[in-house]
Amino acid sequence: MNNLLDFILETFAVTDTEVRKLLRDPTELISRAVQPVLWLAVFGQVFSQVRGIPTGNLRYLDYMTPGILAQSILFSAIFYGIAIIWERDLGIVHKLLVTPAHRSALIMGKAIAAGIRGLLQALVVYLIAIALQVEIRWAPLSILTVVAGVFVGSCIFSTFSLVIACIVKTRERFMGIGQLLTMPLFFASNAIYPLELMPGWLKVIAVCNPLTYLVDALRGAMIVGGQSLYALSMSFAVMLFVFALLWGLATWLYPGLAR
Amino acid sequence: MTDAIEPFAITTSALSKSFDQIKVLDALSLEVRQGLIFGLLGPNGAGKSTAIKILTTLLNASSGSATVAGFDIAKDPIEVRRRIGYVPQMLSADGALTAIENLNFSARLHGLRGGQRIARVKEALSFAGLEEVAAKLVRTYSGGMIRRLEIAQATLHYPQVLFLDEPALGLDPIARRTVWERLLQLRKTKGMTILLTTHDMEEADVLCDELAILHQGRLAVMGNPAELKAQVGENASLDDVFVHFSGVVIDARGNYRDTRESRDVIQRLG
Repeated sequence: MNNLLDFILETFAVTDTEVRKLLRDPTELISRAVQPVLWLAVFGQVFSQVRGIPTGNLRYLDYMTPGILAQSILFSAIFYGIAIIWERDLGIVHKLLVTPAHRSALIMGKAIAAGIRGLLQALVVYLIAIALQVEIRWAPLSILTVVAGVFVGSCIFSTFSLVIACIVKTRERFMGIGQLLTMPLFFASNAIYPLELMPGWLKVIAVCNPLTYLVDALRGAMIVGGQSLYALSMSFAVMLFVFALLWGLATWLYPGLAR
Repeated sequence: MTDAIEPFAITTSALSKSFDQIKVLDALSLEVRQGLIFGLLGPNGAGKSTAIKILTTLLNASSGSATVAGFDIAKDPIEVRRRIGYVPQMLSADGALTAIENLNFSARLHGLRGGQRIARVKEALSFAGLEEVAAKLVRTYSGGMIRRLEIAQATLHYPQVLFLDEPALGLDPIARRTVWERLLQLRKTKGMTILLTTHDMEEADVLCDELAILHQGRLAVMGNPAELKAQVGENASLDDVFVHFSGVVIDARGNYRDTRESRDVIQRLG
């Protein structure tokens, strides 16, 4: 399968380039670490005193840690698309689209790079969690589940971001929509409170929100005593399905950026 | 393959493009023979960039047809892409990467592998005269260095046809000359067919074997520079030819958008 080999090598070329750029300028990575610190050290510490949220036997801080990990993945991935608007304004997109490379590989390469970025982000959240004495599961299978979840989650939200960028095409509109989407996605999920506390209409939205499945999978894997609502296989099936849809959509929309 | 026998590198037949019912390109028909440097001239908004975007498969034509390197742009876009290189008007080299990284990236996307990729990247660095700064970030380069890198990037896979959109825009006179030398060298050593757009008459005079002047999306005239000058009158310059056929004085300031765009480019090229 020559075609498949080409696809893999093209994907690698894009990922390699993106990761080099990320490691060369990690400012964003560092500045994005501030938010989870605030959520866990301030919000989490205070709300742990409230005890109004049914979290089973878990401390509230422990309960919300996987949610904040998912949130930091979401918040950093959702602005990923701004880079391709920048690349479009310059002419890099045009240069890429004139090559015979698969468009689907160009998108996949960026998604994988976002996945790697998400893992670095996760490392930061783990360090904060350790500092706050959150009880973390260290079993290899637990870690592997978190790694897989963070990776797929980053792929989903970064590709979602690419789709938006392909549609709006300008930085100003993109920033507006990015801001508009993050908070609703976050609050309409089980990141900081369980689904059972939600009014019916919100629950419907939360069940359709891929962030919910990411949080649910992370909650079962990351924290001692944490429990998932859905089977791990189901959460991953939903996430992979959503990613496949977004990947297809982005592949279809991406060439329109050169117009 | 018919590639070698085909006398024309580019043919277009009644190629048209409309945006929101405004005709940007109106029934363009032309033929570009192999191994020529062909200039597409015209004032801003004449349809030059649109023509290039269609021929490089970035944009679909509204009607009409075209072949590039022997392949139909609508039916075989991938085969076309394998055989062309493109240097956009804007800054297409990535400033956050080094020259080597930029070249490796393009080489991989063009399917160059292993030893061949390494050899081509090395050749490209020497072609662009960037061996000594190869490991420096492109954002530290001058405008001329970046343009040479972009041309090297677009020709790594030895394309049959190279497209350039305003290759010397915003460059100082010396940088402009070094870019021209590279293009002439590509035609001579690789037999590459080159299609470029410009509204720099000196550039057209120095480089182009044949010219087409576009005006409001239509082909106003086509021919070699000497013929065109002779048609306009004795001692006519290309400037005169341009004014005669496009009805536009070259120094016309253009509208706000044109000015902003060209200044943006100049700024980015440093």
